[in-house]
Amino acid sequence: MSASPQRKKIVLALAPVVAVIIVAYLFYFFNSEVKTGAVLNGTFRDSTPLVLAALCGLLGERTGIVNIGIEGQLLMSAFTGFYVAAATGSIWTGVLAGALSGALLGVFLALCAVTWKIDQIIAGTVINIFVAGLTSFLYAQGKTLTGSLPQIEIPLLRDIPLIGRAVFENTPIAYLAIILVVVLHVGLFHTRWGLRSRAVGEHPNAADSLGINVGLKRYVNTALAGGLAGLGGAFLSLEAVGTFERGMSAQRGFTALAIMIFGRWKPFLAWAGALFFAFTSALARQLQFDQVIDVPPQFINILPYVLVIVVLALFAGRVRPPAAAGKPFVRE
Amino acid sequence: MVEDAPVALEARHLTKRFGHLYANHDVSIQVRRGEILGLLGENGAGKSTLVKMLFGLYQPDEGEILINDEIVHLRDSGDAIRRGVGMVHQHFQLVPVFTVAENIMLGDESTRAGLLDEGAAALRIRELATRFGLQVDPSALVEDLPVGTQQRVEILKTLYRRADILILDEPTAVLTPTETDELLKVLRELAEQGAAIVFITHKLREAIAACDTITVLRAGQVVGTTTPQETDRAGLANMMVGRSVVLQVDKGEAHPADVVLDVAGLEVDDDRGHRAVAGLDLDVRAGEIVGVAGVEGNGQRELVEAIAGMRKTHGGSIRFKGQRLDGQRAHAVNRMGVSHIPEDREKHGFIGMYSVASNFVLERFDEPPYARGVVRDFGAVEAHAAEMVERFDVRPRNIDRPMESLSGGNKQKVIVARELTQDAELVIAAQPTRGVDVGSIEFIHRQLVEQRDRGVAVLLVSAELDEILALSDRVAVIYEGRIQAVMPVAEATRERIGLLMAGDQA
Repeated sequence: MSASPQRKKIVLALAPVVAVIIVAYLFYFFNSEVKTGAVLNGTFRDSTPLVLAALCGLLGERTGIVNIGIEGQLLMSAFTGFYVAAATGSIWTGVLAGALSGALLGVFLALCAVTWKIDQIIAGTVINIFVAGLTSFLYAQGKTLTGSLPQIEIPLLRDIPLIGRAVFENTPIAYLAIILVVVLHVGLFHTRWGLRSRAVGEHPNAADSLGINVGLKRYVNTALAGGLAGLGGAFLSLEAVGTFERGMSAQRGFTALAIMIFGRWKPFLAWAGALFFAFTSALARQLQFDQVIDVPPQFINILPYVLVIVVLALFAGRVRPPAAAGKPFVRE
Repeated sequence: MVEDAPVALEARHLTKRFGHLYANHDVSIQVRRGEILGLLGENGAGKSTLVKMLFGLYQPDEGEILINDEIVHLRDSGDAIRRGVGMVHQHFQLVPVFTVAENIMLGDESTRAGLLDEGAAALRIRELATRFGLQVDPSALVEDLPVGTQQRVEILKTLYRRADILILDEPTAVLTPTETDELLKVLRELAEQGAAIVFITHKLREAIAACDTITVLRAGQVVGTTTPQETDRAGLANMMVGRSVVLQVDKGEAHPADVVLDVAGLEVDDDRGHRAVAGLDLDVRAGEIVGVAGVEGNGQRELVEAIAGMRKTHGGSIRFKGQRLDGQRAHAVNRMGVSHIPEDREKHGFIGMYSVASNFVLERFDEPPYARGVVRDFGAVEAHAAEMVERFDVRPRNIDRPMESLSGGNKQKVIVARELTQDAELVIAAQPTRGVDVGSIEFIHRQLVEQRDRGVAVLLVSAELDEILALSDRVAVIYEGRIQAVMPVAEATRERIGLLMAGDQA
């Protein structure tokens, strides 16, 4: 009875991944190995902050807090991560500081949403505007990093043709993001914490009537989620680019929300979504670089967004967010 | 034998104030093991406040609570649960997208190596289910279950936590008659196995049928405690409202005139595409009340929705003063002079976030006097609402509150007030008094009769046979989407209608 919807779900999850592989292969076939490698490298690199940000969004909404401040959390943690790393000379301290600043903004969101019962969309917007202003104001040119996070190469696996070097020659946060996808999946669907968190996001009164502390759960999970976004932000400034720029989160926080919806608030599906989106961006970049298609770059840059819309339209079907997402909890 | 059993739960002189209002004043009750105590009272009599104190959700201002002869201070529901108190809330506290097992173990999860062990939970659930006759599939999703089964899940939730004192807050409000009977059987079984049960209701018949002892509350105070042997429905009703309630509706002779509603050969499908109304004929004349009696699910809902313009028809015709209603939209039907008191008031009766005032003009908000051009005239809306809450005794009188903050009885009064003041020529009243307290029932009944006397055609659909018999001038019995028979109310005996409702020709 439950086998067929289960199978349908798996197919849905695999569809974008399979599509990526097929397109990548075609690309490989018609182009050179080098270019294909570049696209796949770009895919995995770009997907890391996206998947972390999407996990942040889905953990929040699963617990009943809509977080549109992810954009701000990414930017804040990119900022904090970079300047702490530059000041201390330790990249790892920077990463930690980035994650913490994301978590702190998560606590602020929970303070607004749970304690003050402010509209969550407004609270998220406050975060975004506040962070954009603050980081621009404090932005200082000329800081540089000494060194960067090490690439970790996994032997044997990295020799797999085509995808080996793209996946298994990566930086620690990229691996950590994949591990966190698994951890969050198991956590949400197979542990006591997850069951209670989801109950809080679906029907807080039911959870409350069974002695579960709804407010506390929302605080803790929103903070944890903020930490995830913080890792993503730290990745942006410390791993991907190695510098901080104004507005460098570049709307990834909002893209992550679309990915979260595409992924139906499920970690693995969100990961698939992030890979898909990142692949289309990487592909667009490569096409632009090669000048394969003679159109203004703006049109190529919209390719990822157009594809996401198409895929959402084809695969999304009926999506159902957690029932209590965005609603402040008031005891009946 | 129940009289000798130990007292499981006792409240002594409990008082709870909200501001300067007494929600409960010096309330004392007790329930023994093996006993079902009925807590009877109108909406707002203080039943819910009382049980919330017993379950730790409110703290009493005065008085004490004893569980198993021991004074307890319940700080939250967790305290109550630990002491063996279980509560089945009026609005189910179930997560729709969770399985039965997940819902039941939530907050008291079985784990193995840190991971949830749904198998172990399912095993215990099956054990309990068998022991108490509460059959349910632990792996089913709650949202797929009928209401009666969801309630079983709620009861199992309390048993899973080893509750032996059960509080049920209006458990029958959402149940069909059959489901109610099953629930009462389960409660008796639980009591026989030693549970103490507090059963809250405002339905007199259930209190008498199900309870060993009945405590009646009124205006936050205990009016008295009695047993089904010592009293009857009229006696209980008197205790509840503090005056004689006319269970028999006072009404004079009907003077039916022209046919206003003429339904012929009507065919309508239900939500799943099955034919629910199959060749139905029915007419209602001006100045009479026609009651449609029948077991729920025989096409009543589809019939009403088809007339009201809320559901597509698949054959036959609906005529209102000769004009076709089928194929018209709900708003057009309403504008032609048809009022509708919907069966599901939460879904079709009002907009919860809107103010009470706005809800009074839902169908008229864009017309004079409630709008000038495209601009709404809030002054007129508020003046209208202020008059209506007085006339229809809607409490509280505050018309700015969101509709959803009202009690069930008062929501219904708003809907009835809105629908009966439109000078309609046809009123469709579907389950007009469901989940409404005795005082409001009486009021709504009088309003419907008044409509009839003003020459309005009234189509009444109700699951309560008493209501049909008390109000109708003619009774039509519906069975499997067809009218089995129509008769003057004088010829409609309970026995005859009972047979017709079951599909027998009588």
